[in-house]
Amino acid sequence: MRIRRLKAIAVKEVLQIWRDPRSLMIALLLPFTQMFLFGYGVNLDLKHIPICTFDREGSQASQDLLKRFQASLYFAVAHNVKNYPELVAAIDRGDCRAGIVIPPDFSERLNDTGTTSVQAILDGTDDNTANIAWGYASAVVNSYSGDAQLSALDRQGRALQQVQPLAVQSRVWFNEDLVSRNFIIPGLIAVIMSLVGAQLTALTISREWERGTMELLVSTPVTSSEVMFGKLIPYLVLGWVDAALCLIIAVLWFEVPFRGTVFALFLTTTLFLAVILSIGYLISVLIRSQVGASQIALVATLLPAMLLSGYVFPIDQMPAFIQKLTYLMYARFYVTIIKAIFLKGIGIGELMTPILFLVVYALAVVALAARAFRKRLT
Amino acid sequence: MSASEAADAQVVAQDLVKRFGSFTAVDHVSFRIGRGEIMGFLGPNGAGKSTIIRILCGLLRPSAGRALVAGIDVAKDPERVREHIGYMSQKFSLYRDLTVEENLRFFGGIYRVPHRELAERMRFAIEMAGLGGREKALVSTLAGGWQQRLALGCAVLHRPPILFLDEPTSGVEPTSRRRFWDLIHTLAAEGVTVLVTTHYMDEAEYCHRAALTNQGRLIAIGSPDELKRTALGGELLLLECEAVGPTLAALQQAPGVIDASAFGSSLHVLVKDAARSIDELPAYLEARGLRPSRIERIDASLEDVFVELIAADMSRQGRAA
Repeated sequence: MRIRRLKAIAVKEVLQIWRDPRSLMIALLLPFTQMFLFGYGVNLDLKHIPICTFDREGSQASQDLLKRFQASLYFAVAHNVKNYPELVAAIDRGDCRAGIVIPPDFSERLNDTGTTSVQAILDGTDDNTANIAWGYASAVVNSYSGDAQLSALDRQGRALQQVQPLAVQSRVWFNEDLVSRNFIIPGLIAVIMSLVGAQLTALTISREWERGTMELLVSTPVTSSEVMFGKLIPYLVLGWVDAALCLIIAVLWFEVPFRGTVFALFLTTTLFLAVILSIGYLISVLIRSQVGASQIALVATLLPAMLLSGYVFPIDQMPAFIQKLTYLMYARFYVTIIKAIFLKGIGIGELMTPILFLVVYALAVVALAARAFRKRLT
Repeated sequence: MSASEAADAQVVAQDLVKRFGSFTAVDHVSFRIGRGEIMGFLGPNGAGKSTIIRILCGLLRPSAGRALVAGIDVAKDPERVREHIGYMSQKFSLYRDLTVEENLRFFGGIYRVPHRELAERMRFAIEMAGLGGREKALVSTLAGGWQQRLALGCAVLHRPPILFLDEPTSGVEPTSRRRFWDLIHTLAAEGVTVLVTTHYMDEAEYCHRAALTNQGRLIAIGSPDELKRTALGGELLLLECEAVGPTLAALQQAPGVIDASAFGSSLHVLVKDAARSIDELPAYLEARGLRPSRIERIDASLEDVFVELIAADMSRQGRAA
């Protein structure tokens, strides 16, 4: 490999990137918009779930209970309906995800028997939200029921301190406030880097074929590894810029805690870029049209990175076969690494396993890409 | 060809064959090109000219036969061959989104032209291409003739002893073409060996030797003069007359006439012996009520030669098939 030729290729590539608005847009605008789009768009925290209340009793006790729903951060009362058809219509229209129905004998039964019930009607089309809403609703009702029990005892002159024999005092580590954004955004950086990285290099060889410049390039003494590394280096630098951009947005705008070292992030990101840029390059070598290469790169990188990397969907919840499949997914290792660096603040030492996987991956893809582009035509 | 010429051959093709599936693009072609010689390859589209060049550049592997460039077997060591050659492909293949200077600098880097020489070489290339003052212009903004000259400039930047130019003048206006050929002659005078293809028949006149290809076969090779003298297998007469059609029909049957064809409003008649035919043909035609107004011996143009040779080759193939 000759440095002079490597440099000539790299300089030429930089000039072409600089003059091609499409490359620059992909490199700089895409990460920016994706960060904001996904940063705001993907939010797993459920707050202010819209509900309807249907108070069939209208007593002091029933209103007390409903006030607790109003006061809860997790619910927002959209309507107070007067009958079942209205409730059904509200759920059908999607105005609310759940209905809380208080029966006409609510306080009567509470006073007589000391026990009563409340109906919750849930929109099961989104089972996740329904589950969570049900959990929150139970918590609201439980807390009301505890208070009701106390006041009943109080009225009977049996004032007691409520004694709970066992209580869990939980403390969450790494994402103390359980803000889903803190967990999503580091993974999102991995997804964006996959998308952008492969897109950038997907065009680089197919562009030479399409414009006919490959014919001349092949006739020169330049070697295939000089072409490959000469082309990858500028994109690696661009990838670093993208990573820095994402880091800045994550920390300064979304206020995601960054507890690790920039060095650890730099090192692992470089490894990941080596994988993803080489994949794009490989696709570019195999598919000789720019449009085709770009589309294949999109499908080959974005979908697996979104679905199989553990960026949002936890890998340990997947069926065993799919879990095995995720080991083929380079983004999975980077997601693990980047989340750990951001939230846990651990260093290279603790991340040896995913890093080793990335190293193996990088070597394999670079070797494949180098083999795929041979200068001799047919 | 003398022994010393053969030893000095920079490009040697021995029985080259290239097949793409069942299609034979190059069919047992052999030739030699000496140092400083300009060899022109002519022929209709699809005659295999580009394929021959691409084999010699190491872009295609020959199906059979051997190609030596600068004494190196191209199939065995294409990389070493590439150090010795400059190539201009048929399709313009410089970077249009780079400037004149950036393209030259790029090829300077690729061929590792020593830094201390690069500036001077670039100046030479820019001057040669007549691109002074346009160094910073994007190549996409240049007219076709300038683009082609820049492509030649890039091809010779590293001073290769051998140049392969594939249709360098295609789509270039006549004055630019003329200028382009002057450049090629300047390079050849300095000892550069040039293999150039063209589909402009008149450009064969600018070559030291011309090779005519048809359907992948080499059907004639020689200097323009040699070709004109010998390739037709006879001498050419120009005949002017009133009734072109009947005269043509009559000439086909006339003694001593090999072939006759309409050439504009007159006739070109290929005869075995010009002097004898000039004596005998007027009487022969007058006996059939035809009156030629003028009959004289002319030098065959290369175009006559090629048209004749390709027609003959076609009919031979037709019979063979």
